Amino acid sequence: MSKQINVALIGNPNTGKTSVFNALTGLNQKVGNYPGITVEKKEGICKLPRGVKAHIIDLPGTYSLNASSLDENLVIELLLNKNDKDFPDVAVVVSDVENLKRNLLLFTQIKDLEIPTILVINMADRMAYKGISLDIACLENELKTKIALVSTRKNQGIEKLRELISDYRKLSVEPCLNASEIDPEYFNSLREAFPNQLLYKLWLVITQDVNFGDIQRQESDTLEDFKTKTKIDLKRLQQKETIKRYQFINNTLKKGQTIDLSTAKDLRIRFDRILTHKVWGYLIFFFILLLIFQAIYDWSAIPMDFIDSTFASLSEWSKQTLPQGQFTNLIAEGIIPGLGGIVIFIPQIAFLFLFIAVLEESGYMSRVVFLMDRIMRRFGLSGKSVVPLMSGTACAIPAIMATRNIESWKERLITILVTPFTTCSARLPVYLIIIALVIPEGRFLGLISYQALTLMLLYLIGFGAALGSAYLLHKTLNIKSRSFFVVEMPNYKLPLFKNVLITVVEKTKAFVFGAGKIILAISIVLWFLASYGPGEHFNNAENIVTEQYATENLTEEELQQHIASYKLEHSYIGITGQAIEPLIQPLGYDWKIGIAIVSSFAAREVFVGTLATIYSVGSDEEETIKNRMAGEVNPVLGTPLFNFASGISLMLFYAFAMQCMSTLAIVKRETNSWKWPILQLVTMSSFAYLVALAAFQILK
Amino acid sequence: MEITLANLKRGQKGIIKDVSSLHIPLKLLEMGCLPGNAVELVQVAPFADPMYLNINGSHLAIRKETAVHILINIAHE
Ligand SMILES: Nc1nc2c(ncn2[C@@H]2O[C@H](COP(=O)(O)OP(=O)(O)OP(=O)(O)O)[C@@H](O)[C@H]2O)c(=O)[nH]1
Ligand SMILES: [Mg+2]
Repeated sequence: MSKQINVALIGNPNTGKTSVFNALTGLNQKVGNYPGITVEKKEGICKLPRGVKAHIIDLPGTYSLNASSLDENLVIELLLNKNDKDFPDVAVVVSDVENLKRNLLLFTQIKDLEIPTILVINMADRMAYKGISLDIACLENELKTKIALVSTRKNQGIEKLRELISDYRKLSVEPCLNASEIDPEYFNSLREAFPNQLLYKLWLVITQDVNFGDIQRQESDTLEDFKTKTKIDLKRLQQKETIKRYQFINNTLKKGQTIDLSTAKDLRIRFDRILTHKVWGYLIFFFILLLIFQAIYDWSAIPMDFIDSTFASLSEWSKQTLPQGQFTNLIAEGIIPGLGGIVIFIPQIAFLFLFIAVLEESGYMSRVVFLMDRIMRRFGLSGKSVVPLMSGTACAIPAIMATRNIESWKERLITILVTPFTTCSARLPVYLIIIALVIPEGRFLGLISYQALTLMLLYLIGFGAALGSAYLLHKTLNIKSRSFFVVEMPNYKLPLFKNVLITVVEKTKAFVFGAGKIILAISIVLWFLASYGPGEHFNNAENIVTEQYATENLTEEELQQHIASYKLEHSYIGITGQAIEPLIQPLGYDWKIGIAIVSSFAAREVFVGTLATIYSVGSDEEETIKNRMAGEVNPVLGTPLFNFASGISLMLFYAFAMQCMSTLAIVKRETNSWKWPILQLVTMSSFAYLVALAAFQILK
Repeated sequence: MEITLANLKRGQKGIIKDVSSLHIPLKLLEMGCLPGNAVELVQVAPFADPMYLNINGSHLAIRKETAVHILINIAHE
């Protein structure tokens, strides 16, 4: 057989669908102990016994086939559309052994769609701990399905699941209960009107506004006639349906599941007495945040200095060893310093990702949602907005995607709009290098260093800006949407070392390579623009400068320096930079910083690399990036270019400015309109300019 | 004694008696918030909002504005 079979992984949030997906396909999609980690469809290939190949589709979690948020819609639209190329030949419903009762609700709904269905009961390793035992044969019989008892953590049951998938033709497609009994008369008339359509599917289309899938247009017009019941009647029927399903499930579990409460343990409640406590909960949360800043700042200082000096030596070394010429200059002055400007930040970025991964994998995130909901609501956000805002400290792009599980459209839109204010990892390089240059060393009360404190303040400013603008949007946006909130509190889990490691490595890699590609391109372009220039001033720089300083007694070295900087000023980049200089001079920057800011609009993290490339063109000494920046002098004031006033101004500019093309593109996609990303770009950037201007003028 | 879920005290248990279909989203019903099921208030945030509940074995948090539409019978200790 040549055709691949489509296998869809469906189930409640946080039951381990992605873990099963990874086990089947060998891929490394993101796993986490928070409902709503997966928000888009992910695909992979799995080899089955007897040479069959399966196309596995991982889907966002959903509590039922009645969708209430965007990520859930995706699942329903796929299951209702037989013509979709991904329409499953077999549905694998993944359930959590600890929440079987609730998980089976979705299972019974999917059975009603008459798709061949396999039930995975995951987290089998937790059964002994919870005192659960199962009669699999009995459950298979009652539920009219095949069951695989799986533990992805212990790697058990995956082989069995492969077997079951490859034998999918033997699966029964009979529903396990008759839901139409809730209103026989109504359902009979429906059946008579559409003899060719599945009853349950019609019911789903009538009760909610999903895309119609393969139900023909004219049919759906006729369907309108069947919306004879009022909304409230329909809702009562849905409630009746849900009760009926639970009755069936309760009866089934009575036969097939025994729970020995005397051996069951529940640490969750005991932990939550403290971790979600009115006082302790907030204190602990604050302490965790403090720890993260300390780690990012202090613990990574040593590897950072090491990398910085290594790259400086590398640049020097390549100049010495490679044959002299323009190509060597390009490598030594353009590419190596540019890349160094990225690599130097690996330790911090990795620490940041590590903490976020641990918070997500432990189950703590839901507790933060709980603690923050009331406060966030004042600003027009939801407790669930905390997750995007916190993971936005890594990168705004996945953070904006993570808003998909916020039910209310207004709360979701506001979250999307303000998330780019959170201090993402791309801003970190800019902050770190400038803090190191302009904030004195020493410790506040002997505890936390001033530099770490500054960094923490910058993060707070980011969150503050997010909340403030959320409040404004909340008051001005006139969008009616029902706000409703429910969040699950999953069991605490010891973070799986492998999962955390994979997340950290994958994300760090993505950061370095993503930024690396851009910086490589930009540093090559910059190097050319800085090494060549038009006309007399650039090409005849030696003579002009020598003449200019003829009366002064300069050493050869000083003369060379003057020539190099004269050349740079009259290179293509110098000319461009000086054209924009009037605009940024009031902020305390020179044209080189201006160029770095302009290239930052491609991605912020290239700021340091850009400066490193500009500074190293024409310079012969082995220098770290930091020392080079410290040596720059403001052409107007004659003071160090990076001083307290200009440094603060620059950091504030980066804190507020919308300088990320990819984020704008994602916002366009998630809001389906150019209006919102343009609003972000214009307001955030002009606000940034004004704040930076004010800061420099006040502090200088 | 019959009260709304919003009046439950921390650590108290009860049985859900009625949910107002008009105000309670289907999703919550599907998560087990149905008449006849047991409910316990595990923890409350400041101002008793949101409320962290154990409904029928599911641990979840809802806002007070939702909880007022759920009627319960308090279990006698
Ligand atoms: N103890 C145990 N934990 C597991 C097992 N499988 C998955 N987990 C954990 O369960 C949590 C959820 O796993 P995911 O695979 O992200 O679940 P999901 O269903 O894809 O979640 P969403 O995408 O948010 O709907 C993670 O913390 C996993 O480490 C298992 O077999 N045993
Ligand atoms: Mg997932």
